[in-house]
Amino acid sequence: MANTPTASRMPSDIPAQPTPEMEDVDAFRERARAWLAARMKPLPPGEWEIPNRDTDEGVQHARDLMAKLFDAGFSGICFPKEYGGQGLSVAHMRAWSEEAQRYEMPTKFNIPTLTILLPTLLDYGTEAQKQEHIPKTLRGEEMWVQFLSEPTGGSDLAGALTKATRDGDVYVLSGSKIWSSGAYRADYALCLCRTNWDVQKHRGLSVLLVKIHQPGIQVEQIRQINGSMEFCQEFFDDVPIPADQLVGEEDDGWTVVSRLLQHERSAVGNGSAFGVIMQLGARRTRGETTDPLVDITKQLGLGADPTTRQLVAEGRVLSLVQPALVDRVGTGIRAGKLPGPSSALMKLANATTGIARAELAVKIAGSAAAAWVEPGPASQQAGVFLSRQTAALAGGSNEIQRNIISERVLGMPREFAPDKDAAFKDVKRNTIPTRKP
Amino acid sequence: MELQLSEDQEFFRDTTRKFLDAEAPLTKVRALEASDDGFERDWWRRGAELGWTSMLVPEDLGGGSLSGAGLLDLVLVAEEMGRLVAPGPLVPVSVVASAIAAGGNAEQQKAVLPGLLAGATFAAWALDEGRGPWSGAGVTLTAEQRGSDFILNGTKSTVEAGNVADHFLVTVRTGAGLTNLLVPAGAPGLTVVPMKSLDLVRRFSRVDFSDVTVPSSASVGEIGGAGGEVDRLLQTAVVLQCHETNGAVDHVFAMTTEYAGDRYSFGRPLSSYQALKHRFADLKLWLEGSHGIATHAARAVQQRAANAAELSSAAKSYVGENSTDIIQDCIQLHGGIGVTWEHDLHLFLRRATVNRVTYGTPADHRERIATLLSLEEG
Ligand SMILES: Cc1cc2nc3c(=O)[nH]c(=O)nc-3n(C[C@H](O)[C@H](O)[C@H](O)COP(=O)(O)OP(=O)(O)OC[C@H]3O[C@@H](n4cnc5c(N)ncnc54)[C@H](O)[C@@H]3O)c2cc1C
Repeated sequence: MANTPTASRMPSDIPAQPTPEMEDVDAFRERARAWLAARMKPLPPGEWEIPNRDTDEGVQHARDLMAKLFDAGFSGICFPKEYGGQGLSVAHMRAWSEEAQRYEMPTKFNIPTLTILLPTLLDYGTEAQKQEHIPKTLRGEEMWVQFLSEPTGGSDLAGALTKATRDGDVYVLSGSKIWSSGAYRADYALCLCRTNWDVQKHRGLSVLLVKIHQPGIQVEQIRQINGSMEFCQEFFDDVPIPADQLVGEEDDGWTVVSRLLQHERSAVGNGSAFGVIMQLGARRTRGETTDPLVDITKQLGLGADPTTRQLVAEGRVLSLVQPALVDRVGTGIRAGKLPGPSSALMKLANATTGIARAELAVKIAGSAAAAWVEPGPASQQAGVFLSRQTAALAGGSNEIQRNIISERVLGMPREFAPDKDAAFKDVKRNTIPTRKP
Repeated sequence: MELQLSEDQEFFRDTTRKFLDAEAPLTKVRALEASDDGFERDWWRRGAELGWTSMLVPEDLGGGSLSGAGLLDLVLVAEEMGRLVAPGPLVPVSVVASAIAAGGNAEQQKAVLPGLLAGATFAAWALDEGRGPWSGAGVTLTAEQRGSDFILNGTKSTVEAGNVADHFLVTVRTGAGLTNLLVPAGAPGLTVVPMKSLDLVRRFSRVDFSDVTVPSSASVGEIGGAGGEVDRLLQTAVVLQCHETNGAVDHVFAMTTEYAGDRYSFGRPLSSYQALKHRFADLKLWLEGSHGIATHAARAVQQRAANAAELSSAAKSYVGENSTDIIQDCIQLHGGIGVTWEHDLHLFLRRATVNRVTYGTPADHRERIATLLSLEEG
């Protein structure tokens, strides 16, 4: 393979297998199993998330669960001990996840807080920032979001227009971020902003650690196709951000964000070991859950129909292939046999699998996706179908993932970019925002 | 390529690769097209010396694996063979050796295994009958019990390596149920009819049985109780086949990305066009998915895990269809040269196509998955 492995180890590159000083995985598993059985509430049969995961009560419940895990020494399995984590390996995380997935778990913290923002902070935050935020987050006291996309562009992140101007001990922040999921009830954000307009676009960016709820920041919720109110837009009105809240170097924010995006791709592709549990993707094999495609088939009594049987099995195959791909690519990256940007494969697999399965659901459901008296699996999946493109946009679109795979995994030539060498102030850019507030 | 290997496994894979590069290059594969056997017997014997035939047979029977998980070692050979669309009856010999090691009586083991392990004799598995879904359920060939003998009448089809086999493992229906019988190639009434194949070096046969008589001690395992073993053997075949296909697609994909970087049109390399780059990204995605699911299936079959049936059928269905899609698209990306006989692409397409539709089609395997999902229950 003509790929170059990831260069140097980062703090968030955790070992796949236990190192000698770690607790034995089987002993750890036994300890976890006993504690879970004694202290945690099992999920109702057929459920894989705490009830009302996305409501305010659900989020509060998740925060409480985080605190409980933290007090028992099971929060942040793969985060370093000095920041309140357990300092263990991916193998421990896998064992923990196998044991814990039948219990109420604060999975709301997985994306983006634990799997994207905290690992980025681990890699590029100052010692003070890490000490201040990682333990609190592992206790459920802080929830995080990412302020990356702007009304004038999301794919071309390095074209960010949100401005941070240094003024003594502070950066003065102005501009707007958008599509930040769940920002209205989160606590902190990593915010990409422009600190230098006189250099090439990637060279004038910085990342700031921003407290969301403070004077000068207005947060507006946006309704999605499926009715969800998670999307937010933020408006920054000359907000002073203390200069020590800089993450990474000034004007070197692109390095930080590139790493963040790498964490995001593996998180969205279910390849991250930093969550409260890992998505293992093999649940039905233990006979414990059903597949929505199976549910629709049973709801409509189509189990003997040969065409339906083919469609359901096709969907089932895709949902077995996706975790297998994640497993393979994750292993390859950790072993240095695949380049880091290969995580784009995980993300693309996640999105394309979701799209294909949503399509299959509508094919199987037929008119039951259009109208119903009582809601059921078919109507539920019809809703999923309407929002099926979200996973192909969130965290970098499928097209961007394909650019990454072809250019940075396969080594093909980069796209022509007229803004590559010019000072950013001279570059032609979007002036029309995608949305009127 | 497998990404998580022990040092022993890496060494074994490299040895196999070097041997194949030197002794079975594509020019050789083309040259073997006209041969009867499709491979050279001495070459196979030397492959056996490298360990190709011993991985699924335990040490006390003369075999032995590297990792203690023989199928996970053997898939490395399958993948390397796929990379060069190598000749040789890896799947049938492995499957029959595994069946006899697992369920054969001591006499069968003594009579058959040493020859197979040494690469001196050959075996074929006669399961398919030309119409069915390559499963126990598709078997209609009957063996009638008369005294202590079985009398076989009927026809088996697409029997890989039937042309060279010294022994046939024949899956039949008896009064008691599905049974695997070990039948010598020279049995009176057994006729091997060579079939033409899409693959240049893989040989299939039709095997006709006309009052072929074997003693009931020819049963490998319990008479009437072979259903579970037939499933396991099919899973083993499918896992090997998927790895072989993946090796072939790896090679084609690497060849095509390189070509797209070297070939210019309108003053730019082909690989600079986003429309093509995005297609390459998708091909890469499907290829990595194919590797991932084949590995998961291999592990499950090796461990005889509860989900081995589902994972191997998922692998077969996914790899089967995606492999030929990927190779056909690589042909398209090559332009006119891609559809010529002289270019090697078709050698890989032939192998992948044959692998796609033997040991069950992707649709057959989806039907198996649908059954496992119990769709008809309320
Ligand atoms: C559910 C959801 C959650 C999200 N959460 C967050 C969040 O928490 N924080 C955050 O900052 N953002 C978030 N986003 C925003 C997301 O990252 C952007 O929507 C995405 O990056 C696309 O940017 P855009 O919407 O501006 O579209 P554009 O960049 O305007 O793209 C429009 C279309 O053009 C294509 N395109 C653009 N450039 C290229 C190119 N070079 N080559 C080929 N095709 C191209 C895109 O793929 C897309 O199809 C979220 C989005 C969704 C849907």
